Amino acid sequence: MYRYDTTDQRIIDERVAQYRDQMARHLAGELSVDELRPLRLQNGLYIQRHGPMLRIAIPYGMLAAAQLRKLAEISRRYDRGVGHFTTRQNMQLNWPQLEETPDILGELASVEMHAVQTSGNCVRNITTDHFAGCAPDEITDPRPYCELLRQWSTFHPEFAYLPRKFKIAVNAAADDRAVIRAHDIGLDVVIDDTGEIGFRVFVGGGLGRTPILGKLIREFLPRRHLLSYLDAILRVYNRYGRRDNMYKARIKILVQALGIEEFARQVDAEWSYLQDGPTMVPDAEFARIAHHFAPPPWETLPAEDSAHAARLSSDKAFANWVKRCVHAHKTPGYAAVTLSLKAPGVAPGDITDAQMLAVADLADRFSFGELRVTHEQNVVLADVRQRDLYEVWQIARSHRLATANIGLLTDMICCPGGDLCALANARSIPIADAVQQKFDDLDYLYDIGDISLNISGCMNSCGHHHVANIGILGVDKNNEEWYQITVGGQQGNAATIGKVIGPSFYAQEVPLVIEALIDVYRENRGDSERFIDTLQRIGIEPFKARAYAGRDRRRAAKVDSNEKELVNA
Amino acid sequence: MPRIIKNESIVDDNWQVLTLAEGDTPESLRLPAEPALVPLAVWLARRDELIATQAPLGVWLDSHEGPEALAADIARFAVIGVNFPKFTDGRSYSSARLLRERYHYAGEIRALGDVLQDQIFYMRRCGINAYALRADKDIDKALAALRVFSETYQAAADQPQPLFRRRFAREAA
Repeated sequence: MYRYDTTDQRIIDERVAQYRDQMARHLAGELSVDELRPLRLQNGLYIQRHGPMLRIAIPYGMLAAAQLRKLAEISRRYDRGVGHFTTRQNMQLNWPQLEETPDILGELASVEMHAVQTSGNCVRNITTDHFAGCAPDEITDPRPYCELLRQWSTFHPEFAYLPRKFKIAVNAAADDRAVIRAHDIGLDVVIDDTGEIGFRVFVGGGLGRTPILGKLIREFLPRRHLLSYLDAILRVYNRYGRRDNMYKARIKILVQALGIEEFARQVDAEWSYLQDGPTMVPDAEFARIAHHFAPPPWETLPAEDSAHAARLSSDKAFANWVKRCVHAHKTPGYAAVTLSLKAPGVAPGDITDAQMLAVADLADRFSFGELRVTHEQNVVLADVRQRDLYEVWQIARSHRLATANIGLLTDMICCPGGDLCALANARSIPIADAVQQKFDDLDYLYDIGDISLNISGCMNSCGHHHVANIGILGVDKNNEEWYQITVGGQQGNAATIGKVIGPSFYAQEVPLVIEALIDVYRENRGDSERFIDTLQRIGIEPFKARAYAGRDRRRAAKVDSNEKELVNA
Repeated sequence: MPRIIKNESIVDDNWQVLTLAEGDTPESLRLPAEPALVPLAVWLARRDELIATQAPLGVWLDSHEGPEALAADIARFAVIGVNFPKFTDGRSYSSARLLRERYHYAGEIRALGDVLQDQIFYMRRCGINAYALRADKDIDKALAALRVFSETYQAAADQPQPLFRRRFAREAA
């Protein structure tokens, strides 16, 4: 993975000193709350429901074992021993002390980490495929492009005060695992007929209050022009994006207002001045960065390990785990492993300090000392020998990291919601917990098969509910928590925004509604059809009808929104 | 006399920043004897008069006003102001870069409005070289903030070569 040189390190060290001074001035009364706000946000610090929250950047999800150990140490020393992985592949600490945040950033800098631009109206952490570098369907490794963009976006002087936040994702595989069209800019790596590497560029996607899929703005952008073209897009957005209404300030609204053709024309006009300038990236720079992502020293191994095959047939629990949590690798004899952070009773994406240490040890012993955070809030060991899988499973299981549910109903994406987040309209973790309790039978989950269920506690849609087969959105009605349900969304190449099925539900109803939706699927599915396939074939109506059938019977008495017993449906 | 930061030192400054008050029109605005930055609308309405009567010439752009309107006359101005109505309004960063990098303006670009210590590093990178700091802020402390980072990744008005090009030049040397 990318390692800092002395310049990279100096920039991050100077950032810590800058932030330390800003906090000191704030505490001395020289920097007002309003003046501090964007400064702390661009260092990942939110002021939340119960206090501060610090969002630590994990650039494109890549972590070294030593970095995860540092996160474990920080979470123990400065927090409550738990970190939370987010859909931008970052980590949030929910209980730091405001005064200690400069020290935390100092600790992070000691392992080439930071919290730069994890919030604020600027370019956020670049995300990509968690199987980068090992996926069999990969065209090329996307991480060098992500790192190039990390450096370009870090303290970009022109784009630190954009109208609104700005998210970029990169995909370089046949199957998009980075939801690129749900981003302000989505980059799809392609190779043209002459063998030149470039990008299909999508712009104006985003979830949030107005979910829109990104539109194609450029069919082929040679990679040397990546930065100048993005400068052009960002400049048009910075100058003309709306600033009068924060709900209409994302680039998608500008693209929609102008139309993609006119927006593209303005970008091209801007780009014509920039494209052959010094920001053009020479091949030597791509090579320099790519060198950091050189493949690890894989051994030459047989494609099938016989001992592994024997264990698969003798140990059903292991076989189930392999089926859900082990993924194909482009190198014979190797596999990628997802460690599930979706164990029953645990908030999705949460990881304890002890688990962090265990994962770091697993990475060191079995996966060349590196790991990845997924936007689905799990952790991946990317380069595990097949013959080591059994031992990895046993160790992971002893740390509750081997729930065999990846891609199943309980592998939910879920934001922290109203328990922690000041923006939330409703709680999301209790809903996830209720779903986990209701659907705790693995055989039933295997029978349902591939399905995505995502939960967001408010319209900001951090939980990606719009692109889930079943999406749950917390809404506030007269100070009560309600949940709106969408169906038919999906990630991947056929990314689709889900449709709302109708009026929202009480919390207690949500697991029952999910069960009703799944019943419709099970009754109607054809051979090897997934939930989404059946839904697309028979349409939304049967699902809708079942979700609301018998609703009056189910509905509880008016719920006190302060009541804790939210899930005893 | 008010003090501003200019070319990395603190100097006395007698430029006035004119604004259109209620009832003023660009045509009716009274021009003072001292050097003045006039609103873009005044420049557009009274260009010939200003050229004939004002020396040195100054104009200021609000954050929604681009520098395009000044392109043909860019070399006439001693000072061009770019306004930050709120420090979170980032449009004038683009205006400043365009003035320097597209229109090759070599005179003073002055940040006006909600100008604070913690943004002036970015302003400097975008080509702004004078800062009328908000009156309630400590101008001496702000001066140091111009150099808060010793190295940067991107090409900008202050550094036409991105770090990746300079890294190679360094290695080749």
